[in-house]
Amino acid sequence: MSDPVAMHMSDGLLDAPTSLLFVAVAVVGVGVALAKARGDLDDRTAPLAGLVAAFVFATQMLNFPVLPGVSGHLLGGALAAILVGPWVGALCVTIVLVVQSLFFADGGVTALGANITNMALIGTAVGYLTAVALRKLATRNKGGLAAVAFVSALVNTVLASFGFVLEYAIGGQGGVAFGTVAAAVLGVHVLIGIGEGVITAVTVTAVASARPDLVYLLRGVPQKLELKA
Amino acid sequence: MNKRFFAWFAVVSLVLAGAVSYFADSDPDGLDHVTEQHGIAEHAREHPLAGSPLADYAVGGDDRFTGLAGVLGVVATLALAGGLFWLLRKRSDVR
Repeated sequence: MSDPVAMHMSDGLLDAPTSLLFVAVAVVGVGVALAKARGDLDDRTAPLAGLVAAFVFATQMLNFPVLPGVSGHLLGGALAAILVGPWVGALCVTIVLVVQSLFFADGGVTALGANITNMALIGTAVGYLTAVALRKLATRNKGGLAAVAFVSALVNTVLASFGFVLEYAIGGQGGVAFGTVAAAVLGVHVLIGIGEGVITAVTVTAVASARPDLVYLLRGVPQKLELKA
Repeated sequence: MNKRFFAWFAVVSLVLAGAVSYFADSDPDGLDHVTEQHGIAEHAREHPLAGSPLADYAVGGDDRFTGLAGVLGVVATLALAGGLFWLLRKRSDVR
């Protein structure tokens, strides 16, 4: 963790108009999530949501090796969305990114809009949509749930990293060609996504084993179905 | 049951951030690696809060205290997120 370079996009990689554009995107997206989250939060789920945010913060500190000289860490969008829903999940990841940037100087301040767009909005949305598309498999048994969590997290990581590629194409500094950045970023994030998938599958299955009633993706599923191995 | 489950969740987060974080890979992550490799990172500006006490998950620049920084981060995240979600929740008496 002593690396001077932050884990997320730093200030200065995008030009000022592009940074501002994604601040606007983030404000709108987080605003919608705030409005919608209310419907998913009650006395039972609000404490879980706070704990999910804290857990995502903790796991984002745990960089794991993916290639010689390259590490990766959890983004957490799919994990949060499966456990507490897409709206609350997006807020969980947003809070983590704000704490990281303002307390730990990790991730630029002007880049916060872009980082929130990628990890909290895109990552959570596509992770959740993938999980919903595969919901039938997820409600079948523990193995199905683990597989769905894995795939959703992989998709979350790859598409969140594609958010950076798009932002770089719109207003990135240094003039590196789109194809070059896209290939490099997507290639390494497929590998990171596998790690993200494993962590997400283990976490979601652990929570579902203890408290299936609290898992957002399993709402409405009779609990006995979930207790099958 | 609820309390015990939530307590376990909190303890796991604290242990991951407070102890397991010492075993984290210190190589640049995927995004940093790509931006460094292609010269994009040269455009990065220093973080405006780079001199703050907890910058880079250290305490006063000393990364022997990464675990402490992690525990403080978990507590801060839990307080902010938990507080926000508790305020946002539907009150059971409203129904």
